Amino acid sequence: MRMSTRRLLRGIALISALTLGATACGGSDDGSDRKQVGAGDIDAALKKGGTLTVWAWEPTLKQVAADFEKAHPAVHVELVNAGTGNDQYKALQNAISAKKGVPDVAQIEYYALGQYALTKGLDDLAPYGADELAGKYTPGPWNAVKSEKNVYALPMDSGPMALFFNKKVFDRYKIAVPTTWDEYLQAARDLHKADPKAYITNDTGDAGATTSLLWQAGSRPYTVDGTEVKIDFSDAGAAKYTEVWQKLLDEKLVAPITSWSDEWYKGMGDGTIATLAIGAWMPANLASGVKEGTGQWRVAPLPQWKAGETASSENGGSSLALPALGANKELAYAFTEYANAGDGVQTRIKAGAFPATTADLRSEAFQNTAFPYFGGQKANQVFAESAANVAPGWSYLPYQVYANSIFNDTAGQAYVSGTKLADGLKRWQDASVTYGTEQGFTVKK
Amino acid sequence: MSSPSTTLPPVPAPAGRPGTVPRLRRRAGHTPSRPRRSLLLTVLTGLVLLYSLVPLAWLVISATKTQQGLADSFGLWFSGDFALWDNITETFGYHDGVFTRWLLNTVMYVVVGAGGATLLAVLGGYALAKFAFPGKRAVFAVVIGAVAVPGTALAVPTFLMFSTMGLTDTPWAVIIPSLISPFGLYLMWVFASQAVPDELLEAARIDGAGEIRTFFQVVLPLLAPGIVTVLLFTVVATWNNYFLPLIMLKDPDWYPLTLGLNSWNAQAATAGGEPVFHLVITGSLITVLPLIAAFLLLQKYWQSGLAAGSVKE
Repeated sequence: MRMSTRRLLRGIALISALTLGATACGGSDDGSDRKQVGAGDIDAALKKGGTLTVWAWEPTLKQVAADFEKAHPAVHVELVNAGTGNDQYKALQNAISAKKGVPDVAQIEYYALGQYALTKGLDDLAPYGADELAGKYTPGPWNAVKSEKNVYALPMDSGPMALFFNKKVFDRYKIAVPTTWDEYLQAARDLHKADPKAYITNDTGDAGATTSLLWQAGSRPYTVDGTEVKIDFSDAGAAKYTEVWQKLLDEKLVAPITSWSDEWYKGMGDGTIATLAIGAWMPANLASGVKEGTGQWRVAPLPQWKAGETASSENGGSSLALPALGANKELAYAFTEYANAGDGVQTRIKAGAFPATTADLRSEAFQNTAFPYFGGQKANQVFAESAANVAPGWSYLPYQVYANSIFNDTAGQAYVSGTKLADGLKRWQDASVTYGTEQGFTVKK
Repeated sequence: MSSPSTTLPPVPAPAGRPGTVPRLRRRAGHTPSRPRRSLLLTVLTGLVLLYSLVPLAWLVISATKTQQGLADSFGLWFSGDFALWDNITETFGYHDGVFTRWLLNTVMYVVVGAGGATLLAVLGGYALAKFAFPGKRAVFAVVIGAVAVPGTALAVPTFLMFSTMGLTDTPWAVIIPSLISPFGLYLMWVFASQAVPDELLEAARIDGAGEIRTFFQVVLPLLAPGIVTVLLFTVVATWNNYFLPLIMLKDPDWYPLTLGLNSWNAQAATAGGEPVFHLVITGSLITVLPLIAAFLLLQKYWQSGLAAGSVKE
């Protein structure tokens, strides 16, 4: 495995070098640079047409696919919901192992991208001109899709974190909306004291939420350089996070409700769950899943670890990538660019998605959208500010899908037993190191 | 199925006196067992009954609620508004009526897959029970072995094999593996060796009937209870099949109900997705109804099948 990974990386490097060499020699038909050749090829492919298989669960893509077909009548986009998140990754992994039925375009969340980019091969989109799009995206998502010289996907949406809170609950008990995590802890105590049925938030151990909060706290547990990986949860940022969260757990201030369950949706409606620190894509889910919360909820910037700071992080968000074994490359890229950088972005924003493109985030129309759900609040201003304040330097493991899958067996034990969260993170670290080493990575603690 | 101990009037405990049993048997008439009422047994049976019926009751009650009502009201009682009909209409209409498509897919998988599996099991079971041929012991070992291997364990190898053949993401990938039912074959084998007397076959042969005619005119009617039993097993297995379609199928147009409902459930857990728990519940109720109907309608065949061979004439 280790050798094959190395070989693969070398292969990618070699191919990139060859591509560069070929273009440097002016080997292309019209003698221009590679990007223009790509554009010509793409136009030709769009005229020629064909069927494009896209695996994605993101609901707003349906309209995008329809529009794309309208613009390019020869192209048929087969939009397949092959499962959500992990289910889709398993299906994709199966298809890649079998070398059959691999889609031309696949939706992959940022945290999972490294796994495919490094070991199984996604196409580098730079030769298609994707590297020119760097300035279009906010730094968080853009960093997530590129390595030093390759672009493995185009960002589809982003999830800058914000604090969603039930204003009605906060008003009823006259609790101030927390601006720091210390205030958050105090608010949790006050709230639960005032109403033993109400909790500041829910948490039963969620790898995605934990890594996002660690990210904001300045912790950088994962350092990745090719196949060399370092995993270390002992930095100051992680200590800040575990200190506050341990208190929340010890004093039983978080509701033992699993996110995305019907109980969760219910809790947000009836005041059991008073806040959520979550990505900016959440409004659509609140509007469709917690109808009775209409007018009650508001959005505030994420509480800070130090008063006066503005640090933020990303939570969730996904990209569209071209699996190396997929076909119809030019069409696939054309669709990806249309959906994630072109006209598709506006279509998706209108349907409630949260963009990763700077221009859209800054546009007046976007910033001034009033959310009836949030009592007319212009919530996008909070989100856009958060997107601009995402702390730099975060990276996920090249096998984060696996690491997240063992979160509850390791760190998550703190939620069900007397284990300390810090010890749990240490166990998560150890298990991730072991797995990485088995998979052929050079892993340091 | 029904327990006589709960339906008959109480009778004083016999306390082991000789002659008690015949007297009781006379009194009870049709029942072969001792009609002694045991409080412990009654309570246990009641608990088991409750345990099996509560989820079903919850399903029926929940199907009458709106998404909102599901969140607000107590699980085991009705909420204010009775939304069953709305829910059913919405279930069939949601996402351009894809539920109907899934229902038809499931019916097709059941008819072709379970029907085919039953046919193969009947043919194979009869042949193995009534014909001598070399390697029969080996076949027996293979069949028993196949019963012991869970289908889940075979799913991934099957997937790789089917993908080499280019059959994944087609209905064949679900139908072909469903055609094989080792347990059904074994059951038919045992049943056929009991239910079809060798003398009858000999008589048919002497009368000049060919093997095929003997099979259809003599053997098949005798095997009817066994066939119904095997059919019920394979229908239930195919109707509820989840894991095999999960890894074989990617195109939602070929999903069976199990996968389809799960995908509706999963869309609550994604950014921008719409939670439709009320439709998932109503869909589940619609999904279990045909199975309940099949059991009730085929019950008499099935029960007579289970009793076959237990009495010596």
